[in-house]
Amino acid sequence: MSWLERFARPKVSGLFRKPDIPHDLWEKCEKCEQMIFHRELESNLRVCPRCDHHMRLGADQRLALLFDGEEYQTIELPAVDEDPLRFRDRKRYSDRLREARSNTGHDDAIVVAHGKIGGAPAVVAAFDFGFLGGSMGTAVGESLLAAARLAILQEAPLIVIPSSGGARMQEGVLSLMQMARTTIAVDELKEAGVPYIVLLTNPTTGGVTASFAMLGDIAIAEPGAVIGFAGPRVIEETIRERLPEGFQRAEYLRDHGMVDMVVHRRKLRETLSLLLSLLRDKKPAAEIISLHGDAPSKSDVKDEPASAGAE
Amino acid sequence: MNSYLDFEKPIAEIEGKLQELRHLSDDSGVNMLDEVSRLEGKVDRLLKQTYSRLTPWQKTLVARHQLRPHCSDYISRLITDFLPLAGDRAFGEDRAVIGGLGRFQGHTVMVIGQEKGSDTEGRVAHNFGMANPEGYRKASRLLRLAERFQVPVLTLIDTPGAYPGIGAEERGQSEAIARCIEACLDVRVPVVALIIGEGGSGGAIALGVANRVLMMEHAIYSVISPEGCASILWRDAALAETAAEALRLTAEDLHALGVIDGIVPEPVGGAHRDAASTIDRAGSALEEAFADLRGLDGAALRGQRREKYLELGAVAEG
Repeated sequence: MSWLERFARPKVSGLFRKPDIPHDLWEKCEKCEQMIFHRELESNLRVCPRCDHHMRLGADQRLALLFDGEEYQTIELPAVDEDPLRFRDRKRYSDRLREARSNTGHDDAIVVAHGKIGGAPAVVAAFDFGFLGGSMGTAVGESLLAAARLAILQEAPLIVIPSSGGARMQEGVLSLMQMARTTIAVDELKEAGVPYIVLLTNPTTGGVTASFAMLGDIAIAEPGAVIGFAGPRVIEETIRERLPEGFQRAEYLRDHGMVDMVVHRRKLRETLSLLLSLLRDKKPAAEIISLHGDAPSKSDVKDEPASAGAE
Repeated sequence: MNSYLDFEKPIAEIEGKLQELRHLSDDSGVNMLDEVSRLEGKVDRLLKQTYSRLTPWQKTLVARHQLRPHCSDYISRLITDFLPLAGDRAFGEDRAVIGGLGRFQGHTVMVIGQEKGSDTEGRVAHNFGMANPEGYRKASRLLRLAERFQVPVLTLIDTPGAYPGIGAEERGQSEAIARCIEACLDVRVPVVALIIGEGGSGGAIALGVANRVLMMEHAIYSVISPEGCASILWRDAALAETAAEALRLTAEDLHALGVIDGIVPEPVGGAHRDAASTIDRAGSALEEAFADLRGLDGAALRGQRREKYLELGAVAEG
């Protein structure tokens, strides 16, 4: 049974979900246009079985994918002024927020959770692209600060998973200020000696990329993810040239030295577990065994590297 | 004055008439002093009236005015012994960002600013003030250098945004901006930022995280250009005027939101009508800002900067 089949949907979106009707059973791959049976797609972690295209995951699916036993606890997002500019375009921003909440079941474009990955505690902040394009406003900035502080408190690494078009225009310059505020969150982690890992997913652009997303100690990207500052259309219009093949894709960034690795979704948990264990268990386990004369208790294993990490 | 903005048409007409009258009285010897001074008074009143209630879109046009004083104008009037420093030590020299050591009222400072250029050749050389990663990496380098020498930093912001190009992306435009923000936050010396014209999005905040952020009266500072915002949210770039209203990008709005710390008044009719007095006014405001920070040690300066941005969420609740 896959992680997704066992995964419980948030209640609010559950209410709005229509009963399964035939067109829901098949989904078309955005890349190769293959029709894929939903069970097959989900058991394959929403990666196209034919062309390996990584389809987008919601925040809940992300968290379930990474945490051991799909178990995690989310934290309540800090309260903020929701519509500081009383912004209105073709729609009121407050209405857009309401719709996004009922569609995703989340308060804003980010979910912060803690649990264990590969047996080690970790805090994860995952963006939900379905919530206003994963855009970053005050709530997202505030949540990233809360996530960083939770990670520091727990002496656990922070993994941030952006999937975002950038700053949230409806909050004007206050969304721009989140670039500074999220950079402070990263600095707080670094001062506390807590590892900060970024998993860049499709898409990561604009003000999100140009702040916390590019400041990871370790930067991992999902295959094919678009990662960049300016959108491809803006660049094309500015330079009036065709963009090179694979431009701004994860592999392109890796080849240009901008990320550490591109990791297939199937290997993500394994890779993160290894990374976390390398950063956590920095001494050979054998030393502990020889001192105690028997197998170490779980708390020994836990405490020792944590205090080392905090030095 | 040969470059009028659309909304300045009535002013342009009277100034045109004035010019004619002056020629007439010079050529014919007829004394039209009364009429001239009447019209001059009218221009003054009209300018004062128009510029005291500019709409956000009009401010956008003023902020982008070709004759508006640019970074290099501020440097040459405010900074003595300016010694430009070039290069990011990694790839190249980006002339969209000017940087160097100099003296501001006798004190050594590190100046880092975005330059748009003032003629065609200059605009091309400075890439219209749109920096590539090298520009931001140079800025980061100079920020760290200022910290090493314990020299205060002055940043001058005037950019439509970071340059959107293939090379810029390949060489890590986002990473360069992120590191520059990090450097602004980190350095243990006073940092004062002055938004002199256009504060365009991430390209602007890269140099805009400071102990004191000042803004010229008719400058703008926004997460996206009104045109860009209109084309995305309204699906019609022609609605830029509406978007400019909604974005709250004027100095007055930003001061109310707590994003900037002070507004530097411009002379009647905007900075482009009197560059020298504009820059002098900026000079006095900067002097005050640096004087405020002079007593603080490095840790306090860094702490104050951080607190200021952390509190922004709380300010928005009020």
